Amino acid sequence: MKIKPGQDSPLAVAAFASPAVALFLLFVALPLLLAAGATLTNHRLMSPEPTRYVGLDNYRRLLALDMALVPPLRDARGAALRDEEGVRYPTWRQVRTLHPTLGTYREAFHLDLPAALGGSRVVLAASDPLFYRSLINTFLFALLVLPLQSGVALGLAVLVNQKVRGRILFRTVYFAPVVTSMVVASIVWSFMLNTDRGMLNELLRGLLHDPNAGPDWLGDSHYALPAIALMSAWQGAGFQMLVFLAGLQSISPELYEAATLMGANAWQRFVHVTLPGLRNTIVFVLVSTTLLAFGLFTQVDVMTSGGPLDSTSTVVYHAVRTGFREQDVGYGSTITLVFFVIVLALSCLQRMLVSKGEKS
Amino acid sequence: MKCVLTMLLAAVALPALAAPVEIKVWRHDTGDLEMAAGRAAVERFNRSQSRWKVVVEAIPQGSYTESITAASMVGQLPCVIALDQPTVPNFAWAGHVRPLDGLLPADALARLLEGGRGTYRGHVYSVGQLDVVLALFARRSQLAALGIRAATMAQPYTAAEFHDILLTAKHSGRYRFPLDLNGRFKGEWYSYAFSPWLQSAGTDLIDRGTYLRVDGVLNSDAAVGVGRYYGRLFKDKLAERNPADDKAFEQGRALFHYTGSWKARDYSERFGADLVAMPPPDFGHGPKIGAASWQWGITRSCRYPDGAAAFLTHLISAPEIAAASRMTGLVPVSAEAAALTAHYRPGGDWRMYFEFAKRYAVARPATPAYPALSSAFEKAMADIRSGKDAAEAFDEAVEAVEQNIGRNNGYGFATNKAGGGL
Amino acid sequence: MTSIWRRRLRDTALFVAMSALGVVFVVPLLFMVVSSFKDDAAIFANLDSWSAYLPSAGWSMRNYAAVFDKSDLPSFLLNSTLIAALVVCGGVLVNSMLAFTIARMRWRGRSLVLALVVAMVIVPFEVIAIPLLSLVAQLPWPSFEHGRLVLHTGWFNSLHVQVIPFLANAFCVFLFYQFFRDIPPELDEAAKMDGAGPWTIYARIIMPNSGPVIATAAIVLFISAWNQYLWPIMVIQGEAFRPVQPGIQQFFGRTNSWGQIMAYATVITLPVLAVFLAFQRQFVASVAGTGVKG
Repeated sequence: MKIKPGQDSPLAVAAFASPAVALFLLFVALPLLLAAGATLTNHRLMSPEPTRYVGLDNYRRLLALDMALVPPLRDARGAALRDEEGVRYPTWRQVRTLHPTLGTYREAFHLDLPAALGGSRVVLAASDPLFYRSLINTFLFALLVLPLQSGVALGLAVLVNQKVRGRILFRTVYFAPVVTSMVVASIVWSFMLNTDRGMLNELLRGLLHDPNAGPDWLGDSHYALPAIALMSAWQGAGFQMLVFLAGLQSISPELYEAATLMGANAWQRFVHVTLPGLRNTIVFVLVSTTLLAFGLFTQVDVMTSGGPLDSTSTVVYHAVRTGFREQDVGYGSTITLVFFVIVLALSCLQRMLVSKGEKS
Repeated sequence: MKCVLTMLLAAVALPALAAPVEIKVWRHDTGDLEMAAGRAAVERFNRSQSRWKVVVEAIPQGSYTESITAASMVGQLPCVIALDQPTVPNFAWAGHVRPLDGLLPADALARLLEGGRGTYRGHVYSVGQLDVVLALFARRSQLAALGIRAATMAQPYTAAEFHDILLTAKHSGRYRFPLDLNGRFKGEWYSYAFSPWLQSAGTDLIDRGTYLRVDGVLNSDAAVGVGRYYGRLFKDKLAERNPADDKAFEQGRALFHYTGSWKARDYSERFGADLVAMPPPDFGHGPKIGAASWQWGITRSCRYPDGAAAFLTHLISAPEIAAASRMTGLVPVSAEAAALTAHYRPGGDWRMYFEFAKRYAVARPATPAYPALSSAFEKAMADIRSGKDAAEAFDEAVEAVEQNIGRNNGYGFATNKAGGGL
Repeated sequence: MTSIWRRRLRDTALFVAMSALGVVFVVPLLFMVVSSFKDDAAIFANLDSWSAYLPSAGWSMRNYAAVFDKSDLPSFLLNSTLIAALVVCGGVLVNSMLAFTIARMRWRGRSLVLALVVAMVIVPFEVIAIPLLSLVAQLPWPSFEHGRLVLHTGWFNSLHVQVIPFLANAFCVFLFYQFFRDIPPELDEAAKMDGAGPWTIYARIIMPNSGPVIATAAIVLFISAWNQYLWPIMVIQGEAFRPVQPGIQQFFGRTNSWGQIMAYATVITLPVLAVFLAFQRQFVASVAGTGVKG
């Protein structure tokens, strides 16, 4: 074995690196490759039929999109039919018989144009509408959680950094939710968010003196995802708070003194001394929170099962449901692979933005 | 002399030969009474003979199917597994359980009611001891206080009448949500409890002639009517979408509880003669209820099928069924066993549940597509509950099931049809 | 005089704000613990008043007794503790060793491996869960039976299936790497001149100076091992090796008693909380120590 000058003995390197590398290869890389391979087959978890090679069928099933313009149902005089919920449109199966090119697609999103623009419904149809809805939900969730959790964490860190009595106690209290498992947190919160007898709504009813107050947190498609975002922020803020705290403590106090001497008030000190000093920390927190947000699964599984009306279904939840519960391994792997590519692209994008910001 | 010697030898040798062989059993984790009854039955079997020893392991019900699936992947299934009856055709099709026709005595099998057997393509793959019956529970005093009549088997509520009754109850101000539909339950409950409403309306989950056609059955006008009826229960706030628990009826917060007869014992003890168990509402073709509950099957990988068969034969004997029924309060699946119990014998105070089972019960479709069917139906009902239009919801369910059947080559029914020709 | 007053006012205002926030953070946990001692009717009766967070009449340990009766909780706790301990010890060792080769040793392909490790941080577990399931279903495992070495196929229903796949953790490797980079290389040089080989440098110089990052990695690994939920559901069928999180499903059966559920949740949360309370000073120092360098 030729050892290049300036390099360590390959044997030594191998000895130290091999346990972790072997484990990564066997338990991360190999499953990824198996998943990639499974996407080209119709492999099922349990089936008496042999696995067949299906080429890009799974990808087509996952990603295919089409658009359709659907006029409303009309009565004999040609005016649009209405009922108590607005204009009535034909059901999707009726639409498909009129537009055979739509094949087996189902509706993913629709937009009802106002009467002035023709009153038709613009429908985005997909072969797997749940995937697209899940993708949107996942992005929405990340958008909700990121500012909430990071903002709160930064605020808590700033507070805990002050010389106030009992700050160690407060720091422990703010961190306490982090040690609860997501399962436990989901269960306790779903109990607290219960529409009719949950604690939160009882409180609201007491405050507002209205026996019908209190939204249907987990049962209304507009509130469910924000409720989960709130609960996730509660669970995770404590950890980011500690990271921010470390960053805050590494800012040298002389900078603050200099700023005070120059006449800066608390807010100005925050913006001009604290924030720049925390730059790397902020980047780290944002990136790690985004990655965690994209992996949203446990809360949805325990609290809402993807409902109501698919408003909380995420990509990972959809993948686990099809791949494991419905046993369609080929398709489930396709979902996870496409998702992995999206996340990879996003983190590369984030990294590029960060380094560009550094340069400027 | 030789005789005595042989007998002595045998007496010495037999115990050495007869160390009991372990038969492993997996069952789902469920209510305390059922678990206790199960344990008692196992003990009686182990004590009654020394050839086999049954050992039971309990698996959480929520992930039961997944656990079975994972274990089957590694060939680590035990000898006997508990199966929810409608999933039996799927397990049989996938090759995990073996037919019981040859293993269990034919007369014992014949004596079981429909709800005590799981069949697929003409063979029996599972047997059970108990059945559960759906009923509409209420209290006579509460009904009387609002001037509402109690339904009987001769005169059940019609669907429209039931809706009006619920509106009356709500407007009386006494009940925030007059009907409890077990909104907390997940999974099989929806198919079990609400597909009978489809059958009561004259339609079904799937065409039982071919087991291939869902379009025009699950999304027929009758089905959409049932779906809309269900949706209006929540829109009119007659039933709670997200209840915190299922104790509304026993705490007096709900007037009606639509649930299974597993609650019968609890409610009888609590309310005594005030309790009335009524048939479910009639959607046009008479009230219908689901049938068959958890049953037992023998796996193909079992190395001691005779031991497993001996255990199952023990379980379906009339005295055992009667004992199980006595402990849990559930419905026995054979007439002789019913005769042995105080509650279910002719004239007993719970005989009506037995009669419900005889008159109204319809087994769920015996096709390997059932898990997909049930999951699609559950999602459709969940979406209807959240406000989606029933026609769209059922259309989507039909799509999902059709695609599932297509991807699995008809689950073996297509080839049958091609060869049949009738 | 006024500046002291102003200071006092500011301190009080801060205290009030922090207390209010503290209430938001602690209330769900307090509710969980307090409800575990009440029976179900009492839980619901108290919901709209402050007594939801306070002991009420009828406090008892009945829910805890039921929890221990219905499920094999002590055995679940033991399993989780063993799994977590193994993951922490093995994980710290294995990940720090790899980080050592990247940070301290020079070899071809070093930067490639670093880039791959960073890329693997992104992979969420659920992405590889199902192929991993197929994989561990076919892996062999040796064991002693009847005095001979026997190879079983499949890792299901064991402790090792819950430990080994989780030892190598890309995030921990990254943490170790960042920390090792900042240890002054002069220490290494001095040791090398005395003839020390890589193992001595690792064991005598690098690791002893890495207290903070070891503590951080230990806590990250412990919490992730203790909170495993999806994986045990997939690979553990019997009760022998079941850890604590999946067990909570048992209490969502036909009749769910919120008191019992809260009791179970409390039992599986308190150990972790206690560990954190005991070691929080070290933990916070370690997070500060590893910090986030650019």
